[in-house]
Amino acid sequence: MVPKELLYTKSHEWVKREDGTVRVGITDYAQKKLGDVVYVEFPQVGTKVKKGEAVVTVESVKAAESVYAPVSGEVVEVNEALSSSPGTVNRDPYGEGWLFVLKMDDPAELEELLGPEEYASIAGEG
Amino acid sequence: MEYIPHTPEDIRRMLRTIGVPSVEDLFRDIPEEIRRGYRPLGLPGSSEPEVRRRFQELSRRNRALVPFLGGGLYDHYIPAVVDEIAGRSEFYTAYTPYQAEVSQGTLTWMFEYQTMICELTGMDVANASMYDGATALAEAVLMARRIVGGDRVLVPRSLNPFHREVLATYAHGAGIELVEVPFGDDGRLVLEDVPEGTIALVVQQPNGLGIIEDLSGLKERLGKAFLIVSVYPIALGILEPPGSFGADIVVGEGQPLGNPLSFGGPLLGIFATRKEYLRMMPGRVSGRTVDVEGREGYVMTLQTREQHIRRERATSNICTNSALCALRATVYLASLGPEGLRQVALLCLERAHDLAEAIQEIPGFELALRGPFFNEFAVRCPDPEGTVRRLQRHGFAVAPPEFVERMGVQDAFSVAVTEKRTPEEIEAFVQALRGD
Amino acid sequence: MATIYSKGKAGRKATSWPRLRRSLDELLGYIPEGMRRRELPRLPQVSQGELVRHYTALSRMNYGVDTGFYPLGSCTMKYNPKLHEIIARDPGFTELHPLFPEEAVQGILEALWQLGEFLKGIAGMPGITLQPAAGAHGELTGMLLIKRYFEDRGELGKRTVILLPDSAHGTNPASAAMAGFRVVPVPSNEEGTVDLKALEERLGEDVAGIMLTVPNTLGIFERDILTITRMVHEVGGLCYFDGANLNAFLGRARPGDMGADIFHFNLHKTFSTPHGGGGPGAGPLAVSESLIPYLPVPQIVREGDRFTLSYDLPKSIGKVHPFLGNALVMLKALAYILTLGDEGLREVSTGAVLAANYLRVRLREAYRIPYDGLCKHEFVASTKGLGVKALDVAKRLIDYGFHPPTIYFPLIVEEALMIEPTETETVETLDAFAEAMLRIAKEARESPELLHAAPHDTPVRRLDEVRAAREPILREPWTSQG
Repeated sequence: MVPKELLYTKSHEWVKREDGTVRVGITDYAQKKLGDVVYVEFPQVGTKVKKGEAVVTVESVKAAESVYAPVSGEVVEVNEALSSSPGTVNRDPYGEGWLFVLKMDDPAELEELLGPEEYASIAGEG
Repeated sequence: MEYIPHTPEDIRRMLRTIGVPSVEDLFRDIPEEIRRGYRPLGLPGSSEPEVRRRFQELSRRNRALVPFLGGGLYDHYIPAVVDEIAGRSEFYTAYTPYQAEVSQGTLTWMFEYQTMICELTGMDVANASMYDGATALAEAVLMARRIVGGDRVLVPRSLNPFHREVLATYAHGAGIELVEVPFGDDGRLVLEDVPEGTIALVVQQPNGLGIIEDLSGLKERLGKAFLIVSVYPIALGILEPPGSFGADIVVGEGQPLGNPLSFGGPLLGIFATRKEYLRMMPGRVSGRTVDVEGREGYVMTLQTREQHIRRERATSNICTNSALCALRATVYLASLGPEGLRQVALLCLERAHDLAEAIQEIPGFELALRGPFFNEFAVRCPDPEGTVRRLQRHGFAVAPPEFVERMGVQDAFSVAVTEKRTPEEIEAFVQALRGD
Repeated sequence: MATIYSKGKAGRKATSWPRLRRSLDELLGYIPEGMRRRELPRLPQVSQGELVRHYTALSRMNYGVDTGFYPLGSCTMKYNPKLHEIIARDPGFTELHPLFPEEAVQGILEALWQLGEFLKGIAGMPGITLQPAAGAHGELTGMLLIKRYFEDRGELGKRTVILLPDSAHGTNPASAAMAGFRVVPVPSNEEGTVDLKALEERLGEDVAGIMLTVPNTLGIFERDILTITRMVHEVGGLCYFDGANLNAFLGRARPGDMGADIFHFNLHKTFSTPHGGGGPGAGPLAVSESLIPYLPVPQIVREGDRFTLSYDLPKSIGKVHPFLGNALVMLKALAYILTLGDEGLREVSTGAVLAANYLRVRLREAYRIPYDGLCKHEFVASTKGLGVKALDVAKRLIDYGFHPPTIYFPLIVEEALMIEPTETETVETLDAFAEAMLRIAKEARESPELLHAAPHDTPVRRLDEVRAAREPILREPWTSQG
């Protein structure tokens, strides 16, 4: 089951609303599909992104997947701890495995995201 | 024929299993009008003795002159062990080592090669080869741009003209401008300003005119732009490596390490960089790890940089590289050891300076540039074209006048001397120059 | 196995050199002090015998075409004729410097020219360059030719897109991107070929060209190839054909007759030159009339009975290689073509397509074959439904003495095994391979742990690739540079 307090995207990102910002990571479904994460490539803090644009690349041994901005905004924080322990993305995808924090341009864009039940049906979970 | 083992019976059996009546039925998916359009070459097949004879004829129509000639490729002695080991078919008929368990031979020598290149160049990481030094330089510029941005690259006038041409082709495709950096009377780089939007400064060591550049103080003047140094690996036996001077990327032509002149190919592209840029580096790399039983082994790693995974976002499109030439370089360096490499470099230095000093005794002949050189130098004389032809008649080859002219040196030809040039050859060369 | 650095000790050497006449001080005096090497590089110090034993031992841990079968799809791992090795070692070729005067290298210039003529004939196209050192290098060169073609017509600003099928080999989009194009994938239909409707929707005046592999990476010949190339030409675009799969129709069909404007050869695939553990190869490029003006210089031309280098192409893209390309590799390809002749070239595709279809039919009882019609020289199977991954089947094949097929490519098939036997394998080898694959399928059902733990008997077993990627160790960890 996916955490109920989060929002989701079709491209398997989870989104946690914080104060004027959103914290973003990849879901358990995504981390399983990717396999053991070996490296995470971050943009510079301060980078501005549009909704749907690739922000971060998460690499396993055999794949390099983009993680997309669920809303438009500015990157204000990246999870640097992942440089020394990228496996955290697999172990704790919804917690310590968070990837980046965006300052939102327009909180209304959050309404376009998926709720936990909608996402769960896409990810083929219960 | 001898490479295709199918007997008529084999063919019949396979057709039966497949369930088609004839071989032609296997090709009916190719539109008939295309099949009908095929025109044979008008070439009968030949037996092995006939083909071998044909190539002997072709070989005899070449005349290997004594090369007092560099221009980016050098005639060094190749120890017998190199051919023996590179001739083992487990090495040369092997595929790229994607299945590591059956490729530990390849992956281990790759790891050795990577180590040796780092040691030679003073850099942290090296890949397992690019096609050649010129394309390696071009890829270094593209890599630098990925990291620091910019739209122009500073290129010495004294850069080997063939390397410059290849760089220009790649740069044009990528929207990068080449900006020329002049040299002084001594043949050494004179760096004035570093304009806005500079991706990198390229320096060749020794440069295309054979001159030993002073690498100190360059990196500090570049701001965020990269220092890319293209090297002659044998010279690194006695020259301080670019890594000590803050080079960001080191490339070079590795042919001098155990590979013959080969009429220009295959060659060996050296590529090394600093550890912070590892993930932006193109090309394959072998990494050390352990297997399920805890035994040490090697595997191709960081493949997510490469084309088969990142596709259009890859660090490069490179797939096939110059592996067997890199194996030859590995065995060469292993057979020389540090003292042997230094000895070879010193022999090149000594013999080149013997020749240069003898040439300067000939009336009308002088060195075109004053600067320090390793084993290659430009000679100025009244009739360079005529002199080059006279040398050829005596069986000696040098780089023609147009080679140095393209680097801005007039009325001269370029000479290179390796440890293979005997005192007798050098003496005969001098006589030929004198016109005796 | 330990590297050469674990062998030897200080004072040992494997070669000897002539003596210097001058003193070390005198010689070092020629080098400015700040540029003299302070510390020697750390290289092995071994005796010649130690060195030879080490590399001989390494070679014995390698699988090669000479040790066994490599059914690697898209690689064409055919037998490497030994005559070619002798030819390419002849000092009459190896000791030639490309800057020797032309009259001293007529033999090799003739050989390279002759190869170029044969390749033009095989492609059915009038232009050739031998410079590219590999297939991907040829692709990049082709993309640069396309760019120059449109630059010459003042259309470069609008022609920004290269189309390619979603089944394309990774070098295709990588090469297009390196040349500055935007890459747009075209989906395949249920038959595995290019979806014509989708293609039509995507075609427009912003398309510089399309990159196709023929047959495609599923081993299927695009029946609509003439329609596809016509559609692209109609919007003014060009057609690049990746020739990696030429083994499928060698001696029977020419890309020039299919609408190709540019076609690269992989000499290390179709033309039997050895893979060398990853290279060197060679990727010559054939082109149509309209692209000849832009070809790299120099071109090898024949003037009577003389061969010479011509730089007379004012609109050339320049050089993509410092000299003429991988000459010694090309000599091997020439020897191959001379040996085969027209009949032999045809026998290659006969044998390749027979062998591939034979294996396809034998394997279909146990493996899903997503596109199970007539294939060309290769086909794709999948382990889906067997309860094991393609990786596990691959590793178990090693226990049976076979190199695995290509796995996880093309991307459009899940758990893909791409199988290309080539024409040089005996039917006995094909049968042994088929039997091994069928037994492995059975094991997958009955004792899958045999697959998961495979391979069992190799010098090393499955390696920790995650660790290798998380903490890369790419050189011996000590350093002499402090």
